Amino acid sequence: MITGVVLGVALVASLLVSVSIGQFHAAPNEVLGSLWNGLMHGVDPGRSQVDGVLWSVRFPRAALAALIGAALAVAGAVMQGVFANPLAEPSIIGVNAGASVGAAIVFVFGFSQTASWSLPLAAFIGAVGTAFAVWGLSRVGGTASVLTLILAGIAVNAVAVAATSFLIFMGDRSSREQVVFWQLGSLAGARWADVGLTAAVFACGFVACLAIRRRIDVLALGDAAASSTGVAVERLRFGALVLVSVLTAAAVAFAGVIAFVGLIVPHALRLTVGPSHRHLVPLSALGGAVLLSVADIAARTVVPFADLPIGIFTAVVGGPLFLVMLRRTLSGYRLGR
Amino acid sequence: MAALEVTGATVEVGGTAILDDADLRLNRGEVTIVIGPNGAGKSTLLAVAAGERRAQAGEVKIDGVALGDLSVAELAKRRAVMPQDTTVAFPFTVREVVAMGRTVWNDRPGAADAVAMEALETIGLAAFADRAITTLSGGETQLVAFARVIAQITPVGDSSVVLLDEPTAAMDVAHAEATLRTARLLASQGAAVGIVLHDLDAAAAYADRLVLMHQGCVRRTGTVGDVCVEALLSEVYGSPIEVYDHAGAIRVAPRRRFEPA
Repeated sequence: MITGVVLGVALVASLLVSVSIGQFHAAPNEVLGSLWNGLMHGVDPGRSQVDGVLWSVRFPRAALAALIGAALAVAGAVMQGVFANPLAEPSIIGVNAGASVGAAIVFVFGFSQTASWSLPLAAFIGAVGTAFAVWGLSRVGGTASVLTLILAGIAVNAVAVAATSFLIFMGDRSSREQVVFWQLGSLAGARWADVGLTAAVFACGFVACLAIRRRIDVLALGDAAASSTGVAVERLRFGALVLVSVLTAAAVAFAGVIAFVGLIVPHALRLTVGPSHRHLVPLSALGGAVLLSVADIAARTVVPFADLPIGIFTAVVGGPLFLVMLRRTLSGYRLGR
Repeated sequence: MAALEVTGATVEVGGTAILDDADLRLNRGEVTIVIGPNGAGKSTLLAVAAGERRAQAGEVKIDGVALGDLSVAELAKRRAVMPQDTTVAFPFTVREVVAMGRTVWNDRPGAADAVAMEALETIGLAAFADRAITTLSGGETQLVAFARVIAQITPVGDSSVVLLDEPTAAMDVAHAEATLRTARLLASQGAAVGIVLHDLDAAAAYADRLVLMHQGCVRRTGTVGDVCVEALLSEVYGSPIEVYDHAGAIRVAPRRRFEPA
């Protein structure tokens, strides 16, 4: 509860900072005034320079950052629950690698010039398609165990990475650059339409994750015990993986690959509120939104006049943080055994 | 009618029958203990009875209804299973783990916790309620799993079936005796209890009926007196076993004769 309030306040604060700072500085009261005017009297970017910058650039970007962070973190929490492993991440089932293939196809063959929707669409299809391929290949004798899922994931990831590499090799210089930068993740150029679509997918996925979160807890007992407790393990795992792949795919579709959010946020929260997904899933949404909002602030401000790829920051912060938590977790587990 | 009945169960893995035409009857109000050497098929038989493992041949009925006709949830309301592997992946509190046994019942908020605490009190582990399960010893973790099983079949009655796979394997003597006493208590409340056990002496003391397995087959089924026969046990285990009377109770122990050095 306290954690939820803290994260909520942190989210509002980081969003406010995020929309205030930049080459054009807007004071917080100007931001709130513009937000109020926009909500009350309709959005008119032409009303003033402040309104123009905020409503057409910063607000959609901040909103998209928060949504994508929330989607990635919720997907991570569910993924770890489904695999009964705190080190699981959505990329295990190939979503990121698959999205990269989709994006690379669009860049290399130049579809993005003809249709602006082709990039997010291809990334989304690539991500979900790869996840289903992993699921299908992991089924041995009618059931997919955690082990076969991980092994199938490794194989499919390798093939997808090879496909992306081949596409990069085939492409010309500008398309190569586009693929590489896309894989680093960026929120630049976020539009309201992107925000709306991401919000819709996130809302549906999030509600479904909330509905299954109690049963995900039971998977910690192991498949056989969970099943004898009354959980339809196979169906639950399939449904959860569909949700994970759709949430992750929606996130990467507009912003490219953003690493570590799905790993760090649930893991950090587990240390503060415990492992129950009852709290973990909703709090991960808040925590992910905060993390990506802050990372986006850093991406825009660390180097003046440059918009750095946001994936760099989540990885730079996430990598060491992950190591610290890993050591704490492992020593905690060892104490008990 | 038996509460749970397995007839003619056969399980083959890679051409080897690990369970061969095996029967198991669990009667209401009775404790049935399955004994036999390693690899005899005891756990496989229990897994078939639990519906966790499908047999290539044979059928399993619970209250006369074929297991396949029941949903996972319906089945979970009638029978609870304690697995050999009782490890939990995340550091849930003991109370949370036991409350997971209530998943299928859709309790009102708080009610699941109340049942969990009751079960923990039954096995004498209430003081551990807020400990992280990952900080417990192996035997304590087994006790928590037993509490989870009790929580799952609460309220215990004529239609309850309890299956325990080597529940005392990692427990000290006090915990092991308490667990088996609690299993008898569940039976006295009407439950049909099936246990796989390695401790022959404990099996002789706590069972109403014994099932002796050997090489995938049921070798003998009956009362403790029927099954605890020196020649039979010694042959099946391939090691000399003594059966003797001690103050009116049947005791079973390996024969240990050490030559003076």
